[in-house]
Amino acid sequence: MSIIATSVIVLGAVGIISATVLYVVSKKFHVEEDPRIAEVEALLPGANCGACGRKGCHDFAAACCTAASLDGLNCPGAGAEAMKQIARIVGLDAADAEPMIAVLKCGGTCDLRPRRAQYQGAPTCAAAALLGAGETGCPDGCLGLGDCVKVCRFGALSINPTTGLPVIDEALCTGCGVCAKACPRMVLELRPTGKRGLRVWVACNNHEKGAVAMRECKAACIACSKCVKACNFEAVTVERNLSYIDPHKCRLCRKCVEACPTKAIHTANFPIPKTNQEA
Amino acid sequence: MKTFSRGGIHPKENKLTASQRVQPLDLPTSVVLLPSQHIGAPAKSVVAKGEHVSRGQKVAEAGGFVSADVHTPISGTVTKIDTVKNPQGITVNAVYITADEADREADLKALEEEADATPRNTADLTPDQIIAAIGSAGIVGLGGATFPTRVKLSPPSGMKPDIVIINGVECEPYLTSDHALMLEHPREIVEGTELLMRAVGVGRGVIAIEANKPDAIKAISKALDGVAGIEVMPLKVKYPQGGEKQLIEAVTGREVPSGALPVAAGAVVQNVATAYAAYRAVVLGLPLTERIVTVTGPQVEHPGNFLVSLGTPLTDVVKAAGGIPNDTGKIVLGGPMMGRAAVNLDTPMTKGISGILLLPGDRAGRGETEPCIRCASCVSICPMGLEPYLIATLSSLQRWEDAENEKIMNCIECGSCSWICPSWRPLLDNIRVGKGRVGAMIRERNNNK
Repeated sequence: MSIIATSVIVLGAVGIISATVLYVVSKKFHVEEDPRIAEVEALLPGANCGACGRKGCHDFAAACCTAASLDGLNCPGAGAEAMKQIARIVGLDAADAEPMIAVLKCGGTCDLRPRRAQYQGAPTCAAAALLGAGETGCPDGCLGLGDCVKVCRFGALSINPTTGLPVIDEALCTGCGVCAKACPRMVLELRPTGKRGLRVWVACNNHEKGAVAMRECKAACIACSKCVKACNFEAVTVERNLSYIDPHKCRLCRKCVEACPTKAIHTANFPIPKTNQEA
Repeated sequence: MKTFSRGGIHPKENKLTASQRVQPLDLPTSVVLLPSQHIGAPAKSVVAKGEHVSRGQKVAEAGGFVSADVHTPISGTVTKIDTVKNPQGITVNAVYITADEADREADLKALEEEADATPRNTADLTPDQIIAAIGSAGIVGLGGATFPTRVKLSPPSGMKPDIVIINGVECEPYLTSDHALMLEHPREIVEGTELLMRAVGVGRGVIAIEANKPDAIKAISKALDGVAGIEVMPLKVKYPQGGEKQLIEAVTGREVPSGALPVAAGAVVQNVATAYAAYRAVVLGLPLTERIVTVTGPQVEHPGNFLVSLGTPLTDVVKAAGGIPNDTGKIVLGGPMMGRAAVNLDTPMTKGISGILLLPGDRAGRGETEPCIRCASCVSICPMGLEPYLIATLSSLQRWEDAENEKIMNCIECGSCSWICPSWRPLLDNIRVGKGRVGAMIRERNNNK
């Protein structure tokens, strides 16, 4: 018999036996899974980002189907619309979760924050952060090596080569918060997306005293408290030499933005005033 | 001649300041003292602004079990309790003290008195009294790790060491501060060793010195004349022999079990400078307020070993050696293998700074990182028997559990792997990140138990 015929017969026999065993086992040990789990999972992004606090998207879907209420179960990646559909599938009321987005608490661009040293180690922020203040002298600012970019499952982050800072693509950011957890300097903050996407925040993370902060970065918050005085709604507080705007108290009047001498308070999505356009 | 068995490398020694005498720097007129200049909890400041302090007075008190007191090297007035940037550019708490004319005179007189002080009779001190004297002098491991000596001399119950090893290895290239100390004060080091042996209750002491310091071996041997129970042991030159685990193995042949304290192998290891500080503390009653620093580098005008008071600005220390050379590309505190690069010299001297190395620009940089060629050099030289290429990769892939299984926590961060890698891979950088994460993971797991 030719070697080809032998091979065909032997492999064919092995195949048939294996198929039979697999068929029997799959019937005998069949696990009945709630069919809704697959339906829910189909609505999830499948990024397994962990923002929901579960082990992955499947685990989250299973949790939705067995939960008595959807309180505390929210997938920021899927969004509010998908969560409503999930609620319909499992027959529960959708929990109200505020849509969030990542914002960068650092305005230290290359021209405003001079480099004083050169870092040649492993190109990750985690390794650079272990060495101290880093290249620029600001011990709290963005290191610019892009650990946040690497962990983002939605492709929402990229490093701008001119500024050396990450840029957040609002259309893609789901507010899952994985970048905020990956940043060793805690420069990324999750904030409510805000009404019509309008947001005001302090783009600085430097806790040094004003004079020191000023030396390290021209865009640093110097804790002068002018923003606190400018705010009529008690939304702004200064703690440990750093100003913070409470997003739930902020009425988006932007008086603090005008008051800030170092332009450390940033805004998003406000129409550009006419005077600025002309200039 | 003995050495440790596994791995090890032979970097160029570059001991430019070998056998140079110790040059004492003038007492500074103002100092900045950091309450946190040791491993463990920061000390708590015990002086107030405006208070007058005198030389040797405690200004900060140990803030926990693993912590150490801090004393002032000068008399003066506390001008402020504020912050200062450390060499890495991080803001830390600091006590500022400034001396006036009268303070200065008093200090210079005190210095003279210290030089002719009559040694105290220590024969009837109990081990606890010795440890207490070492603790209240604020002594920490002066090899660079700055672990509080008092804690190391009080092993957990059930562990009984049988040997005290005094580490005079100084395997880091460039550094010669321990070498200089051994030439200058061999008698005091031997007495300090005896005190440390009594403190932990052991009858055998070994002063281990690498064979590249024959004059130090001779000096210590001479000082050991008529002393029972202590021997000097020359060791074959190999980096990182000064590592605690490597030294224990080289001297006793015993291995410290993975994850255990060195005392589990029956040995207590102390640096020669620590032994000398113990002598000063117990016999002369002087706290730790100064240490020897090697200021060196290929282009440094007057490299040397300087006796520096804690709190002296590092810029002044470098000035004593002729200042920063023009083409300096990197400043390292400690040796080139394990030292940390400094971005700020406008910062005070601390207990852990054994050397200031000023490297010229062309020697400061790393090469371009290239792919791993699987040469396994890092595996063959790792003194802990690890696979550096593997744990570094697992760490960069954030596979923390796998890194833990590959014993990432056993890494002593000696840097041999990064040194030998022909592809300039940042192995130790990644391993350090992994150690931090895996350590946090293990702590969390233990807390949840």
